[in-house]
Amino acid sequence: MSLTVDIKKRLGNFCLDVSFNINSGVSGLLGASGSGKSVTLMCIAGILKPDSGKIILNGRALYDSERNIDLTPQRRRVGYLFQNYALFPDMTARQNILCGLHKEKDKSKKERSLSEIIEIMQLRGIENNRPKQLSGGQQQRVALARILVGDPELLILDEPFSALDSHLRSQLQVEIQKLLKRFGKNTLLVTHSRDEAYQLCSEIALLDAGKIVIRKETKQLFADPESRQAAYLTGCKNVIDAKKAGEYEVDVPDWGLRFTASRPVCDDLCAIGVRAHYFNPKAIQNRFSVRLTDEIEGQFEYIVQFRYKDQIDDSQDIWWLMPKEKRMEQFRGELGVSPANIMLLYG
Amino acid sequence: MDWYPLINSVRIAAISCVIVFFTGIFAAYYAARLPRVLKGFLDVLLTLPLVLPPTVCGYFLLMLFGLRRPFGMFLAQYGIKFVMTWYGGILAAVLTAFPLMYRTARGAFESFDETLAYAGQTLGLSDTFIFWRIRMPACRQGILAGAVLAFARALGEYGATSMLIGYTPGKTATISTTVYQLWRTNNDALAFKWVMVNVAISALVLTTVNMLEKQDRKAAAK
Repeated sequence: MSLTVDIKKRLGNFCLDVSFNINSGVSGLLGASGSGKSVTLMCIAGILKPDSGKIILNGRALYDSERNIDLTPQRRRVGYLFQNYALFPDMTARQNILCGLHKEKDKSKKERSLSEIIEIMQLRGIENNRPKQLSGGQQQRVALARILVGDPELLILDEPFSALDSHLRSQLQVEIQKLLKRFGKNTLLVTHSRDEAYQLCSEIALLDAGKIVIRKETKQLFADPESRQAAYLTGCKNVIDAKKAGEYEVDVPDWGLRFTASRPVCDDLCAIGVRAHYFNPKAIQNRFSVRLTDEIEGQFEYIVQFRYKDQIDDSQDIWWLMPKEKRMEQFRGELGVSPANIMLLYG
Repeated sequence: MDWYPLINSVRIAAISCVIVFFTGIFAAYYAARLPRVLKGFLDVLLTLPLVLPPTVCGYFLLMLFGLRRPFGMFLAQYGIKFVMTWYGGILAAVLTAFPLMYRTARGAFESFDETLAYAGQTLGLSDTFIFWRIRMPACRQGILAGAVLAFARALGEYGATSMLIGYTPGKTATISTTVYQLWRTNNDALAFKWVMVNVAISALVLTTVNMLEKQDRKAAAK
């Protein structure tokens, strides 16, 4: 399977200009709210019409401004799981699912597909309830069942867990992951949560202010986000201006320090990023004296802010997240960072 | 007591209510999809009969359908006369009741969660199905309220009706024109009877609506 998206769309002051392609498996579109995620999805599903460009799904043009193609949402075969699930309030769960099967004219086949999906989605016993009487998790399963019975070519999940209580979220993530594997549907997951993206997607495209910043395999992206924006979007709390100082060395003027990286530094380096988890009291390399300025105790970790000894006054405090088992005993006024954890950022 | 005004009033109100029900809903549905400027213009035009005095509406109707006016003359060739006929009353009632249906339906449609329609589209459901099976049920409260208001307004229509179709006993008389006529001719006792008939019908309509709403809430709670 393949999905190629290359579209432009202007909405008031906001300008969406995205271009990416995704292959098989679960791909993620990660971005803050207002970055254009929903607009992109709606264009793919045919709910919104782009100003120009093309959308090709498995070689089939869903939209192509040059060839004047613009399929209706009905003909795109793109399943869309809305944030609020969009179950039809005046129909039972069963009737909702039947809406996804309306093309099937053979009655016995229809019944078979229906009871099959009810079984898989564990909806037996609640199929005659209205959406209002279902829990958030059940609603999500009904909405998914309704989409999957229609056998779409592409599945779009729009912030699928944002409407749920946090204690349900991880449980449902596991459930969804299993379902996605089982159905083998190619999926585009949209989220503003780095954790969700990391856990569910094999590759991720980062979206910021209507543009794709970077698209990479998930683990590589988190290890080497390449740019400041991408570093922020993948949750890096410490990003600071830096200059090349040697083949493996970078100067950080604001911190008054020189760091060693594990990879060669290019000339156009402009910043480095260090994730808050990566400071380590026991690391030997990139080890410098620090002064703690603030400390909050979380459930599993301490959230600490600190400054380097010669750090200039108007620069920001640095974040350090320290797992509790590594408690202060190991801390002797110095923190180090492994060279592999110095992220080199260009642009 | 001659019951003709009752029959005439009810049939005029019922027929105009049906006409207004459909035209009001479709006007509300399509107006919401128009560009802003056109929508604003259309909105003013469609709501105007609500704020204009009914006699002014009657005046406009006479300008258009009067038997010496071009359009009225044109229709008369085919034997269609809206002046001094009972079905002319439908015209008057439709014109004055339409804005009520249009406004309430528009309000109901505006509060409809559009993602439901999008979801239906991506599931491959036809737009007609989405309209009748998803949008209308979700908006039924507002639409029902609009239909009732329109019916009540049509039943009580006096100003435009009296100008267009006048008062001819056994022909164009409606309850409201009859009440006025009886009062004018000092027949207070009979006028009072007709007033009570009118009150009874209105009370009946409102009770029916309340019961429907209650049933609806019960069904939704189940």
